[in-house]
Amino acid sequence: MRSGLLAEYEDPEILVRAIRALRREGIVAMDAHMPYPVREVLEALELPPSRVPIYCFLGGLAGASYAYLLQWWTNGFDYALNVGGRPLGAAPAFIPPTFEGTVLLAAFGALLSFLGFSRLPRLWAPVDEVPQFSRVTSDRFFLAVDATDPRFDRIEAENILLASGALSVSAFGLLPRKEAER
Amino acid sequence: MREPPLQESYRFSPAYSKSVEDGAPVLISRASDAHLTERLLRPLWRGGPFWKLSFLVTGFGALFFFSTLLYTALTGIGTWGNNIPVAWAFAITNFVWWIGIGHAGTFISAVLLLLEQNWRNSINRLAEAMTLFAIINAAVFPLIHLGRPWFAYWIFPYPSTMNVWPNFKGALPWDGAAISTYFTVSLLFWYVGLIPDLAAARDHAPTLFKRRLYGILALGWRGSGRAWKNWQVAYLLLAGLATPLVLSVHSVVSLDFAITQLPGWHSTIFPPYFVAGAIYSGFAMVLTLMLPLRALYGVEDIITTRHLDAMAKLILVTGTAVYYTYVVELFIAWYTGNIFESQLFLWLRLSGPYAWAVWLTFVLNFVVPNLMWFRAFRQRPVLLWIASVLVNVAMWFERFFLIITSQSQDFLPSSWAMYRPTYVDGAIFLGTFLLFGFLFLLFLRFLPFIPISETKELRHALVEEESRLEAR
Repeated sequence: MRSGLLAEYEDPEILVRAIRALRREGIVAMDAHMPYPVREVLEALELPPSRVPIYCFLGGLAGASYAYLLQWWTNGFDYALNVGGRPLGAAPAFIPPTFEGTVLLAAFGALLSFLGFSRLPRLWAPVDEVPQFSRVTSDRFFLAVDATDPRFDRIEAENILLASGALSVSAFGLLPRKEAER
Repeated sequence: MREPPLQESYRFSPAYSKSVEDGAPVLISRASDAHLTERLLRPLWRGGPFWKLSFLVTGFGALFFFSTLLYTALTGIGTWGNNIPVAWAFAITNFVWWIGIGHAGTFISAVLLLLEQNWRNSINRLAEAMTLFAIINAAVFPLIHLGRPWFAYWIFPYPSTMNVWPNFKGALPWDGAAISTYFTVSLLFWYVGLIPDLAAARDHAPTLFKRRLYGILALGWRGSGRAWKNWQVAYLLLAGLATPLVLSVHSVVSLDFAITQLPGWHSTIFPPYFVAGAIYSGFAMVLTLMLPLRALYGVEDIITTRHLDAMAKLILVTGTAVYYTYVVELFIAWYTGNIFESQLFLWLRLSGPYAWAVWLTFVLNFVVPNLMWFRAFRQRPVLLWIASVLVNVAMWFERFFLIITSQSQDFLPSSWAMYRPTYVDGAIFLGTFLLFGFLFLLFLRFLPFIPISETKELRHALVEEESRLEAR
């Protein structure tokens, strides 16, 4: 989020009310910032379902096929080793490393897609310029309203946020020109 | 540093009064989020009690450990007491013991997360750190046991100029895959859990350097709703992936034994037997570490007697599973009528030269877990600490007799030999504790050992529940 308004709240329940009030006005581009996940807030934001599981599954699939095919090709063909007359492609013996490969790449799939969808790492963002924002990891809840929302109007949004019980409302980033001219 | 003792002053909410006899609620403190954050971050800026002295001792201890490893690598395995037939001896005993200890950390952080046991929230970070350091210690042993540890990478499949590949039909490449995956996934899981707390450390850092350091580690976490949603899903998925690892890693380790033909090792009961023993000894190690920490840092209102009670009950459950396998092994040895099995289990183990280790294990592993039937043992930190140390002593001797007896007397009496460790064996084993202590102190000093965001989340849930019940 490049620019917008940042409202500070003490209580997640008030934050939920503010989200609903904004949505009633048709403003949907927003994100909450919380010290710990609060289910009601996440529900009120109506975020799309997380796509992390898809990448986790794909990672697992890649890990399983990589691990199995590597064993099958190396032990069965490239360096065929006859151990006591057992089959060269001894599937049961290949299961433990296949399992480990599945878990390993699935874990990386989950981690990398989590970082990607959360837009991390991102060491600086415009909201960081608001001095109160450093309490987001301690005890304050924030609602960031995106200025790029077509229904965004600075005065109106500020009024809604203040009426909803925000402790403070600050602008962050460079607000669009037409807003600045007013 | 110390908070006033809260043991008597907390109020039992109706929601938890049904289980008062299980000990206090999972979180006694109702301090504000800000206070909780600041308090849990305090050791990062000020250090815990005696940390400089403990650093000095364990730091030199870690150097001592490296010098014993260097001595072994430069001189050779002849410095140890290993012989033929007892080729595995101390190194593999220590390996199995340390890797087993790691399992409880994963069990607490992953399995209990999936089972929605919210008491895990205050201790999972600590238990996972223990897992990581235990795996590091464990991994040292197969490495130096090679004799030429600089060729250790041969276990991994890479296109070598020799045009050979590892034989995946043997248990050792499985072990390499299992342990490296276990360490990596545990590290990822631990790190993902740490990200929100690293951000808290960034926002509270007293100096610019620390702010930058924790800021980089936190990757710019801002607790946005989108990020939390993905975080929760990723954390659950990683827990789901770590859960089969709890069962698989020690199963693979047990296959190192079970896949051989030796009496006492060649047994299908080994994977579940090893897994139960691993979780059992791991829980004991978590208690051994957690109980002194809880008193030293004065966090009895966050790690409450409820936690001790729950951990003690899990020791009872897993300890009983371990004992069941002891009985089944002995029964099967007698029931099969196989002369080699009977010779090993009924003669060598119960009355042979290593019988003292066997009986020590049998007695301790029976008596100590069964004490946990009594609330007096489950909820008294001192008694529980002594019990936890005894469990790990017993579990070390279990692996010792398991490994030594089967090798020392197998099928052919002409190849029988006794095993006696040397001082180098003892020094390396001692060294692992010092390295473990050093790493664990680093963890306590630089990372919040109680998860901050998860504790606040737990507090939020409890406060909500209480206000709902009071309103009724």
